[in-house]
Order: sequence, then structure tokens, then C-alpha cells
Amino acid sequence: MTTLTFIQTPLVWLGQIAIARLRLLGRYALFFLRSFVLIFSWPLPVAKTLQQTYFIGMKSVSIICLTAVFIGMVLGLHGYYTLVKFGSEGVLGAAVALTLIRELGPVLTAIMLVGRAGSSMAAELGIMRISEQIDALETMDINPIRFLVSPKLAAALISLPLLTAMADVVGIIGGYLTGVLLLGISPGIYFARVESSVVMADVMGGFVKSLVFAVVIITVCCFKGYYTHEGTEHGAKGVSISTTSAVVVASVLVLITNYILTSLLL
Amino acid sequence: MTTPFIQFKDVSKAFNGNHVLRGIDLDIYQGQITTIIGKSGGGKSVLLKHIIGLLEPDAGCIIIDGHDLTRLRGRPRRLLRRRFSYMFQDSALFDSMTVFENIALPIEERGELKAAEIKARVQARMRDLDLGAIDGGYPSQLSGGMKKRVALARALVTDPEVVLFDEPTTGLDPIRKNNVHNMIAEYQQKLGFTAVLISHEIPEVFYFSQRIAMLHEGRIIYAGTPHELQHLDDPVVNEFVQGFETPAGNASGIVSDGSWEAQFNEEMARMQRHRVPFALVVLTIENLEDVLATGSGEAQGLTRRFTDRVRRQLRLTDTCSLIGPKSVLLLLPFTNLSQAKMVCGKLRRALNGNEIKDIQSHEGPCLAVSAGLAEVAGNGHPEHTLAQALAHKEIFYQFSVC
Repeated sequence: MTTLTFIQTPLVWLGQIAIARLRLLGRYALFFLRSFVLIFSWPLPVAKTLQQTYFIGMKSVSIICLTAVFIGMVLGLHGYYTLVKFGSEGVLGAAVALTLIRELGPVLTAIMLVGRAGSSMAAELGIMRISEQIDALETMDINPIRFLVSPKLAAALISLPLLTAMADVVGIIGGYLTGVLLLGISPGIYFARVESSVVMADVMGGFVKSLVFAVVIITVCCFKGYYTHEGTEHGAKGVSISTTSAVVVASVLVLITNYILTSLLL
Repeated sequence: MTTPFIQFKDVSKAFNGNHVLRGIDLDIYQGQITTIIGKSGGGKSVLLKHIIGLLEPDAGCIIIDGHDLTRLRGRPRRLLRRRFSYMFQDSALFDSMTVFENIALPIEERGELKAAEIKARVQARMRDLDLGAIDGGYPSQLSGGMKKRVALARALVTDPEVVLFDEPTTGLDPIRKNNVHNMIAEYQQKLGFTAVLISHEIPEVFYFSQRIAMLHEGRIIYAGTPHELQHLDDPVVNEFVQGFETPAGNASGIVSDGSWEAQFNEEMARMQRHRVPFALVVLTIENLEDVLATGSGEAQGLTRRFTDRVRRQLRLTDTCSLIGPKSVLLLLPFTNLSQAKMVCGKLRRALNGNEIKDIQSHEGPCLAVSAGLAEVAGNGHPEHTLAQALAHKEIFYQFSVC
């Protein structure tokens, strides 16, 4: 009897955890599907989507440019001193461009967006939940997901590929600053290598990644904020925990999905 | 009687094993104001949220206009919900939107009206609620009372069939509180909606509610008219309605904590509106020390039992507060000085008999109770009026209780 209990208890515990995780996953999937489908419900949430595009896209331009230029400069520096050992410093443009377009551009843009927009979305929805504003929407027969989440998702799907493209270009310019202006590579060779090495598949791969990251960031951060009240903590502490959790989970998921997508796209 | 518009049938709800509703049976009729009263934290808001579908019952069903809400899904449920409005306890205004946007949101999202019509309707509601020129302000810039009125305007802007009010006057000053009550009553008469109200404003709600339901320990222990409630001989209901529950371990025996002043100010506001005076009576047990000297020394218990007896003789609208170890203050709305004297006469007759032996728990002298009266017909200050009543107590009345 004791032996049976000894075996049973951890199994029951594992089973309970598995069921809870599966339930959470199912709920998340439904949340994503609803928020995606409701983007196309009539009347289209055009005004709200534009507002969110301004918030997610336009307001992120400066921080993403700043990040991208320094990443490009660091890549230029490291790339130069590594390549010069093999006498291949001429391919610096190709190295910087491919690293940025395939990997660092989408990932860094996504991570920056998690910090800048994702956290504020989680906090905003969390506060709306605890102050009954989401309940108020339901009582007015306004679908809270359509009203609050769908425009954010639509805006991120528009903004993130554009921000990624911008990060790629600015990063290549950053590489140019160190590689060409500081370390003396020929500007013609730098851009010629960029042009010859980058193909459309690389650019499309980066865009696909940025679209997936947009979905991951918005749904995870909004999901965490939307269900703040079901966490272990309540009130302001509950909101702070869901915001932190949203940022951590979204960032980790961006990195995991990046690996999966890279392996699929290669 | 007509068929109820909303029916709760054996509705139960628990949160993490805590049973909040334990088999609620309640009928709410169309075109009436039904007020739900009960202790704070007793599940009144939970009950209200079931009506609009924010919460689902664990057991039982809720019938609304012939439809079982617990089984209704999709479009029919949405259409039913559109007939309702809800005013939240903490207003639940959208803090990132202006006052105008907050009020306009429910009608804007329905997409049935043009922008000019929406603007006209929102402005009309803002005028009705004395919201002045704050349409461009944000909720965080408003006072608590102002937020309540914005929430009320938002609840009424869709011209709903049913409006659910979750403590609409909590945190308002007496004048604003009366304004909100008047407005609920006025709009209910004008628009004919069914109102379900949660309130602790007793006896205010009795003036304009057609039905009162009392929730106690998860069950509806009374549902009927305010008039029936007045004649109900139920200790739990009476204790709650007449506000005489003493906190456990209250050593002072003073229950009111100055709340009579707030009541006084409310009566002042009402008096100024209706131009009808009200009276203040101070009953004092003059020989309390002599009575105590003979035995038990139970001052608080004796005064409290005496006050309880007095309270039972009063009208539902009268209020009764302990204002000292041996003094009880009565506020008698719509009562002039001669009527107050009649009330004292009635009290003397009622208390002067064998049936009040239980006031004193031991053998001893009779209680000598004096009554000081004051009428408030113009401007009056609570403390001045109290002093006036105390100064004139010998002149008016004195009686013994034994």
C-alpha cells in the first residue's frame, strides 16, 4: 500500500501538471485564433490598428535604429579582426549583411519590441483586468479581444517586418561605419559583397521570422495581461508579475522559434 | 402577479470552495426598481454579475425574459446582453479615454448611430448628470463622485431595458448621493427600465424602490415591498435594516461613531429640497449610575437593550444611534416638533410596561429617561442642534421605564 502510494503520488502530480500545461496551451491557442480571426471582423478596426501601428511601429523606430547601428558596428569590428587573419576582410559586407538579414535583424527587433511594447501591453491589459475595465467591455457587448488585442496583433504584423527591414539596413550601415570608415575597407567592395551575397530567400526568411515573432510577442504579452486575475498574486503585484512573466516568456519564445524557423528555412 | 422578468432558480456559486451563493431564488419584475441589500462581502455583486453573464452559476439557472441565460450562447446571448447596462462599483471607466469617449463608447461600438447623433446623445446625458464641461478630461482627473456620474451616464446612454447598479452612491457626499438616487428614480420613471440596485443606503432606497431583497449568508431571506419589510418580524432583517449591529468586543457601547452627523446632513439636504422639517430627539437615561450601583454594572448592555427597544417602536425611516454611554439620538425625517412630541408619547406608552423587564437584567430602580427635542426647519448644524435638544430636555418630556 505504502509502495503503491509512493509510486502513485509523483505520477498523479506529473499528470496534474501535464493537464494544467495542456489546458494553458489550448487556451493560448484559442486566444491567438480569436485575436487573429477578429482582425477581419466587420467593421474592420482600421482606426485602432493605425493607432497601434503608430505606437508599436513608429515609436520604436529610434530605439531599433540605435540598437541596429551599434550591433552593425560591433559585427563590423569583430568580423574585420576575424577575417583579416585569413586575408578575407573583403567579405566583411557579406558577413555583416547575412548575419543581420537572416538572424540578428529579426531577433533583435523582436527582443527590443518585447521590452518596449510587449511589456506595456501586458501591464495595460493587466490593469484593465483588475480595474474591471475588461468586464465593463463585456457588459457593453464589446468583444474585449476584438477591441483590445486584434488591433495590436494587426499592427504588429504590419510593423515588425518593416522595423526588421529598417534594422537590417541600419545595421549594414553600422558595419560600413566601422569596416569602411574606421578600418579602411574599400566602400565599393563592402557594398558589392553585400549585393552579391544576399539573395531574396534571405530577405524573405527574415520577413517570415518577423511575422512569426509578431504573433508570439503580441499573443504572449496580451495573454499574460488579459488573464492577470487568474494568477497567484492579486492587484498591482499581480500586474507586475504578469508583466515580468510576459517579457521573459516572450523573449525566450522568440529565441526558441528563431532556432526552429532557422532550421526549417535553411 | 405578472411573470418575473428575471428569475433566479436555486442558483449557487462558490469560489475556491468558498460558497458565496447557496441556492438563490429571486424574482425581479419588469419596470420596477429592485434593491438588493445585505452585508458587505455577502455576494451581492456576485449575484448582479450573474444577471449579465459575467459569472456563470455552479448550479441552478437564471431565466431572463423566458430565456435560460445559462444555456444561451452566441448571438442570442449577445442580443440579450445588449438589453442590459451595468454600472460598476468602482466605476470601471476606461482611464486612457476622455469622459466623452467613455460615455460614447457603448453606442459607438454598436455602429447604429451617426457621429452627430452620438455626440448629441452623449451631451444630453452629460447635461442631465451635471457633468458640465469635463468631456475632454480623463477619469484620473475627476473626483470619486464625478467618476460615479460619468459611469452612470455611460450606463444610461444606450437607453437599456435593464440597468444593474452596483452601489452607485458609495463615496458620494449626501447631496450628490441624493442627486444620484433622484436621477435613478427619475430616469426609471421616464424611460421605464428595470433597475436592479445594490445599495447600503438605508432607508433612502426604500423611498424609490418597488421591491427589496435581502441577501444573507448566501440566501435571499426576504423579497418584497419596502412596506412589507417595515412590518416584518425577522430579527436578522430588522437588525440589518435598522443598522444596530454592534461589533463584537465594542467596549465603549457607542455604535454610531459619528455617523449620525452624516445622517443629519442627509436629512438637511432632503429638508431643503422638500421644505419639510425634521426632528432630533435625545433620550438620556438620567439615573444610569444609580441603576448600575445596585448590581450588575453592565452599562453598555443595558443602554443597548434600551436602545433596541426604542428602535423597534420607530418608523422604518427613522434612525437611531447611540451617542454616549447613556444617550440615544433619534433622527425623525418629515417630522415637526409637535409630531416629535407625539412620537415620545408613543414611546412612553410602549416602554412603560411589564414587557420591558428584559431591559434590566437585575432587580433595581426604574430607568428615568429624559427626552430633549429640537426641530430643524432652516439651516442647522449637527452639533448646535444636538446642544439645543440637550438644553431643552427638561422642558419637553420625562418618563420612567421599569
